[in-house]
Amino acid sequence: MRKNPILRETSHLLIPAILLFALYVQFHGDYGPGGGFQAGVIFASGVILYALLHGIKKAEKVISLTLAKTLAAIGLLLYAGIGVLGIFLGGNFLDYNVLAHDPTHGQHWGIFFIELGVGITVATVMISIFYAFAKFKK
Amino acid sequence: MSIFFDLYAYWVSILLMLAGLYIVIDHTNLFKKLIGVNIFQTSVFIFFISMGKVDGGTAPILEEGYRVFSNPLPHVLILTAIVVSIATTAVGLALVVNINQRFKSIDEQEIEKLELEEE
Amino acid sequence: MIGAHYPVLQVVIPLIAAPLCSLLPKTKLPWLFATAIAWICFAIAIVLLLQVYQYGPLSYEFGSWPAPWGIQYYIDIVGAFVLVIVSAVASIALLASRCLVETDIAPHKHALFYTAFLLCFTGLLGIVATGDAFNVFVFLEISSLSSYALIAMGDNRKALTASYEYLIMGTIGATFILIGIGLLYSQTGTLNMLDLRERMHAIGGFRSVHAAFAFFTVGISLKLALFPLHHWLPNAYAYAPSVVSTFLAATATKVALYLMYRVFYTIFGFEFSFDLLNLGLILLPLSIIAVVISSFTAIFQPGVKRLLAYSSLGQIGYMTLGLSLASKAGLIASIIHLFNHAFIKGGLFMCMACMLTRMKSTRYADLAGAGRTMPWTSAAFVIGGLALIGIPLTSGFISKWYLVLATLEKDWWWLAIIIVFTSLLAVVYVWRVVEQLYFREPHADCAYVKEAPPLLLACTWIMILSTVYFGIDTRFPVTMATAAAEALLQ
Repeated sequence: MRKNPILRETSHLLIPAILLFALYVQFHGDYGPGGGFQAGVIFASGVILYALLHGIKKAEKVISLTLAKTLAAIGLLLYAGIGVLGIFLGGNFLDYNVLAHDPTHGQHWGIFFIELGVGITVATVMISIFYAFAKFKK
Repeated sequence: MSIFFDLYAYWVSILLMLAGLYIVIDHTNLFKKLIGVNIFQTSVFIFFISMGKVDGGTAPILEEGYRVFSNPLPHVLILTAIVVSIATTAVGLALVVNINQRFKSIDEQEIEKLELEEE
Repeated sequence: MIGAHYPVLQVVIPLIAAPLCSLLPKTKLPWLFATAIAWICFAIAIVLLLQVYQYGPLSYEFGSWPAPWGIQYYIDIVGAFVLVIVSAVASIALLASRCLVETDIAPHKHALFYTAFLLCFTGLLGIVATGDAFNVFVFLEISSLSSYALIAMGDNRKALTASYEYLIMGTIGATFILIGIGLLYSQTGTLNMLDLRERMHAIGGFRSVHAAFAFFTVGISLKLALFPLHHWLPNAYAYAPSVVSTFLAATATKVALYLMYRVFYTIFGFEFSFDLLNLGLILLPLSIIAVVISSFTAIFQPGVKRLLAYSSLGQIGYMTLGLSLASKAGLIASIIHLFNHAFIKGGLFMCMACMLTRMKSTRYADLAGAGRTMPWTSAAFVIGGLALIGIPLTSGFISKWYLVLATLEKDWWWLAIIIVFTSLLAVVYVWRVVEQLYFREPHADCAYVKEAPPLLLACTWIMILSTVYFGIDTRFPVTMATAAAEALLQ
């Protein structure tokens, strides 16, 4: 597909927009529709489009399978870590109120990091599922 | 007729549910069975989402002038259920790919024959 | 201070451990780490059980959001008891898994194997600990998805098709449960189980509540492998790696049974389930057929692992039989058998694991003469088999005793006869194995096999001796089951 100029050029236009849109959905999630799940999938779709057009090898230079798996674990740990942090700061598990000086800020930070964790995990899991199938050899 | 038009969301989900289950039961192709499961799950998503809709309600964001909101909770539940369904599909496809590699077939009946020969 | 957080730590510790485990190098570390985590969970479960037994049910609010709005973990005596069973089996199975995983699973997959195992463990603990109906679905899928992956790791290619079949049936079952949850939510507007119970009393029996009940019954029965929805189970247990069959046989169906108690007693309530909708009338014949047919089928299986899987189906039948009697005595019998069977079947599958490490097969003919070459393993199998039949001085006898008492309380002596008759069928299928072990000459190529690795053997004997111990000193299971039945019937 690499040789098809229309696909290649369109993807060059589209991929940055997709990734940017993913970040928008991610970080605008506390004010409007959005959040980690959606953002993660959109981000992954950008990477997967790149891999479809330029081949797995080139895509793996951007995000390798090992990195994707590690990041997936780290995203989950970020989520759980915020939850446990709530316990250490004197609240319950996943209690955002205690994360900052006043509860409103605390809720804000809590949601932000939780969704970041979700976003990282969803994006990297999607990418690693794609790699796993694409690299499968008979 | 109102039972059809007023409750059309339920009819859609019932039809999809039956179609999905039928595909799972009837098809012998393992890959198509997975698609059947997917359709079946999707029908449940539609059922949940239609449940949360309140007539005349908007998105549940506090703004001046809006008093009626749709229930956002079913959406959140279904977001989780969609993730579960993606994971199920991924695991299922991985199994089908591996089955194809080791049995050289993804047809249920052929595989059953191969398994019987082995015993 | 940390004590107040035990209900959540019980589930969160293995959940955090799972991704950490996937990052560990290809050494002994993943095993050590997973085992340590399981033992920590076991300790927490015991503390929880003591707390709940002394001070009553514990509840924990996620993010400090008060109960009907936020997610609540609710652990009463039933839950705490099942948590102890699940974590005890997991910690023994993981301890023993060192020798098994090395032979069964490719080295580069070890870390992922333990990750999947921990996730499955998390899911099972979560189903028990949570008090939120939707959370149940999520944890159910966490445990199921990881168990599909675990089963597919078996080295026979049939493990793949077994796992696929389990995936299809399991997903349909879980989705049925999800439909049930949705229907209840549409009628009550709440997902909290205790809140659901109260609001159900207020609204009474709508048709959609009846439909929800039906969906729950079918969905959970699929997960429970109740006859006639059991077709996925025998192959899944027979071809999974030995640790996985041990763990799943001893815990997965038990947790599904716990879910049944929860849904029928806590959410719908005893009167609604048994008086209004006559659940007993459906469960009773299905349980009897399950017990009789699977005991007969078990006799004709070609391999011991499949035999044990079919016998599991029969034992599940005994548990639902107790439930379907719709009496306190029946419920107590069901819970006692849940506890006892977890250790009996865990121990027996562990014996098979021992033999698999040395013989590479569990077909009858290949086990010939193992009584001489592997005396300790064979002896363990015999004791486990006696417990499965229900010989006095083993825990199996206690279960059957309470079950027969519960049937006699209702004057259903024909049912008591069926229970005794099916126990005789168990004698037949256990004898088939014992005959091979002790009264046949070993094959030439199996004549010099050694006894199983000491660690594995020790773990097997812990399981088997616990069945003997709880057959003699019945205070613990009986007290707990009685308290649990009282809590459920409240």
